[in-house]
This record gives sequence, C-alpha cells and structure tokens, in this order.
Amino acid sequence: MKTANKTVTAERLVRDALKKAEFFKDYNIFTFLNEEGALKRAREIDARIAKGENVGRLAGVPYALKDNFLSPAGDTTAAAHILEGFSSPVTATAVRKLESEGAIMIGRVNMDAFAHGSSTENSYFGPTLNAYDKERVAGGSSGGSAVAVALDIVEFATGTDTGGSIRQPASFNGVYGFKPTYGCISRYGVVAMASSLDCVGFFTKSPEDMDLLMSITAGQDVNDLTTLPDYYDSAAATDAPTRIGVIKDFDNESVDKEIREALKNKCELLKAKGYEIVELEMPSLKYALPAYYIIQPAEVASNLSRYDGIRYGFRSEKSEHLDDLYRNTRNEGFMPENKRRIMIGNFVLSSGFYDAYFLKAAKARTLICKEYDKAFSKVDYILMPVAPNPAFKLGEKVNDPVSMYLEDVMSVSLNLAGVPGLAIPAGKTASGLPIGLQLVGPRRSDKNLIAFSKELEIDDAIEEEENV
Amino acid sequence: MEIKREEILHLAELSNFSLSEQEVESLGKDLQGILSYISQLDELDTSGVEPTYQVFEMENVWRADKVLPQEAAREELLALSKETEDNQIKVPKVL
Repeated sequence: MKTANKTVTAERLVRDALKKAEFFKDYNIFTFLNEEGALKRAREIDARIAKGENVGRLAGVPYALKDNFLSPAGDTTAAAHILEGFSSPVTATAVRKLESEGAIMIGRVNMDAFAHGSSTENSYFGPTLNAYDKERVAGGSSGGSAVAVALDIVEFATGTDTGGSIRQPASFNGVYGFKPTYGCISRYGVVAMASSLDCVGFFTKSPEDMDLLMSITAGQDVNDLTTLPDYYDSAAATDAPTRIGVIKDFDNESVDKEIREALKNKCELLKAKGYEIVELEMPSLKYALPAYYIIQPAEVASNLSRYDGIRYGFRSEKSEHLDDLYRNTRNEGFMPENKRRIMIGNFVLSSGFYDAYFLKAAKARTLICKEYDKAFSKVDYILMPVAPNPAFKLGEKVNDPVSMYLEDVMSVSLNLAGVPGLAIPAGKTASGLPIGLQLVGPRRSDKNLIAFSKELEIDDAIEEEENV
Repeated sequence: MEIKREEILHLAELSNFSLSEQEVESLGKDLQGILSYISQLDELDTSGVEPTYQVFEMENVWRADKVLPQEAAREELLALSKETEDNQIKVPKVL
C-alpha cells in the first residue's frame, strides 16, 4: 500500500482520502469523519518524516475504522442509538497497534447496529450502498468498511466477523476480507457481540496488504486473555500445499449458478497449476446455521445486558422509576434486530428450553469442529462460496429475519470451529456484481493461507480496479 | 413449537424491554419464524456428543497479580454518564 514519504506527504494522502469520502457521500459510508484529527496527525507524521525518523510500516496510510472499535476519536456507537454520544476514553489494542505504525483513521464507518445483520440495513444511520450498484446492499455487518475500500477511499478498513461480517461484505464489493483464527487479534476495546465467535480482521485490496496488517496486529494482549501467543509471523511454513478441498454439499441449486461457476473456474485454475482438487463431504455443516442462530443470540443476550442507560450512551428521558429507565432505554435504544436476538437468546437459555436448544447447539458445534478436523486431515485448504448469492436489493430481506440469516449459511461454520477464512474476489456476474469465494484453512494457518491466495489471483485484476 | 403471547411478554421481561402492543405482535411473528428455523437442529443425532462452548485452545491463562495503571481516569468515566453528584452516578428512585 501507498505510504507517505518526503514527496508524497501524509497530509496529501489524508486530504485525498477525505476528498474521496466527500465525493462518495451518497453511499452513506461514514458515521464520523475525522477531518481535524486526521490532518493534525498527518502533519505530525510529516514532521517526523522530514526529520528522517522511521514512522512505521503504515506511515501516513489513511484507513477506515468500523464503528465498534473504541477510540477517543469520534463517538463509538456501533451504529446503535443506545450508544449515542459515547466518546470512549479507551483505545482498542488493534487501533493502538495500527496507529503506532503510522496509520491515520480518517473516519468511522457504518455497520449493522451491534453487528447484527448481513446488509448494514440494521444501522441507526441507515444503510450503506453497494460499491457496484446503488440499489443493492453493501452486505454486513461491516458494510461501510467494505465499500470504503472498494471505492478506493482508504487503503484498508478494520472489521469484525462473528458469523461472516467481514467475508460477506468483502465478497459483495469485490475486495479481500479476512477472518483470522479465533484469538489471533486482541478484542480489547471492541464492542462485544458473541464472545466465543467474535474475531477482529481487515478489508484490503491485496493479500500482501492483508499479510502486513496481520503481522502488525496479531499477538497476545494482557488486556484480552483469549488472545493466542504470537504465532502469526513465526508460523513455520508447512509443506507446500498440494490438495484443495471443495464441499460437495454446497454444490446445489441453493447457491447462485454464477457463484458455482466461479468456484469451478478457480478449481480449473488450481488444477492447471498442479493442485489436486478433492471433493469433501461435510454433512454436519447443514446444521451450522441453526446452531449458530442459537449460540450467537445466547451470547448476544448476555453481552448486551450491560446497556442500561446508566453509565454511558443514550438514556430514555421519560422514566420516573429505575426499572422503567432500564426498560425504556433498552426499548428505545435497540434496533428491532437487536431485540430479536436478545429475546431469542433469552429463550434458548431459559430453563425448560436450555437442553433442547442451547445444549443441543453446543453439541452440534462439536460435530462441526470434528468435521473440519477431518477435512484438514485430507486437504490443505478448502475453497467455497462466501454467500449463496451476490449482493441483493435494498429492502429485499430486511423485514424477513430468517431469509437474512440464510445469507450466513456458508460463513458461520468457520466461526463455530474457530478456523480462518479469507474472502477473495473471484470475478463478476453477467450483470457486473462482484463474486467472492473463501479460502479456509486449519487453525493458525493464517499466514500461509493468505500467501496461498495469490495462486488464485486472476490476470484481469487490473481491469477490475478500473471498473470501480 | 408455538410461541404464545405470554411467552413473548415473559421474554420481554427477561430482556428488559417495554414493548409496545404493536411490537409484541411483530416480534412474536418474527420469533416464531426464527424458532421454527432453528428447531431443525432436532434432526441431528447428538447422542454421546460432548458440548463445545468455546474454541480457544488455551486453558488457565495467568497474569501477574499486579495492579496495572488504568487507561481511563475516574473523572473521564463519570463524565460519560448523564447525571452525577459527588463522584456518583445519579439515577431515578429505586423504591
């Protein structure tokens, strides 16, 4: 990615990014533009460059921050009314690491409120529009991040992925999106959704940029005891991969024909390069989505019980009694989808239903993990679609929660198993919408997985960029 | 299973929501749809399978028993609340 130097200053990079953000205003990408703060930081960085100092690997690089990362720059709202006006005194570890290498946050970007959704339509700020078709959704929940990178406003954007929230919007907008191994990047200072599934990751325009961001942000953090020891850069390169799996169960009518076609083309490309394509049967994956929509809401209900209007954020004004204050604040402050998930979560956890739903889902999770273990004993990586369809029309699914959930049918199993997945651009549909595929590897294969994705790059990558 | 109006009200109570009558109806319909969908898990044979609650590979992560400096000062945290008095957060009456 383009970094600042003595000729091309950080101030110029930041001004360009801000200008583009203004130009694409009607896409509704940003929830906050950090004009003053970004320019101030750019001048500081330029002064250090002028003195000959080494500013870092991301010197003056403008980036977009998903609105669920805490930092004192702008309010952190997670695109939710209930966090309105919350200006964090705390900085997320991932943000601190990026900025210590010289990156400059030019703005906070839109998302489904609390990352609940697959289209960014559940945002308190309204939907973000798709980079390729303004009548279509950006995908979600990290829709603003994907579109900010796809429209070349910023070099990269942060995201979070609980069930596909990085990979699906990346695939809808033709960029790279990475969900690392569970525990790879610290979640300190990130608004929690479902703690056993949440991962921090990125949107970039190339595998090289992804690798750079991963080596900067991965690693153990005393503030997040669910971070793995530093393994990203030291991961010993495994033997050169030879076998790539495709999942037989996903090759059916429920997946868009052009996406299945794109997958076949990539398999041909790999075969031509000497890789063996292995068909895998993974029958438990069929149950990943129902298991996910039990486990995830259960954790959501627990994590979101902290929002009560007392200590920070929005507080309902019309309450005379403390209990009313809680109920009114939560009722006015949450979006309908937040309420659905909290209520479903409380349902599956309540006595009488716990065994039939939550415990059952936790057992299904075991079967899904085992199926991945088995698959990776046969193949090095798996290549599969990210979502069953390209970007859909705005309003098409937002009032039908189950059809929106079905968007996640091929992405959630990775989160349940904790394995990494990289969404890669894989051409376009006849009508010009981006198609994405995901490359999935065993736990801790992150670095090799990203490196391997270069084997799948297509020659018309340059043409693709010109079309934006 | 069918979800009844009383159950929706009970879940709203557990979730601390003051739902309007219209929301009781619309959320009830949505929740019914979601429950029907997730209930397909019934088909899966999980007999003899241990549950998995998390996939983090480490156990017993320790840290030194030392007080570390906090990033946020008390004043900054209190300033986030709507109403404070004598370093305490003010709320409406409890009883």
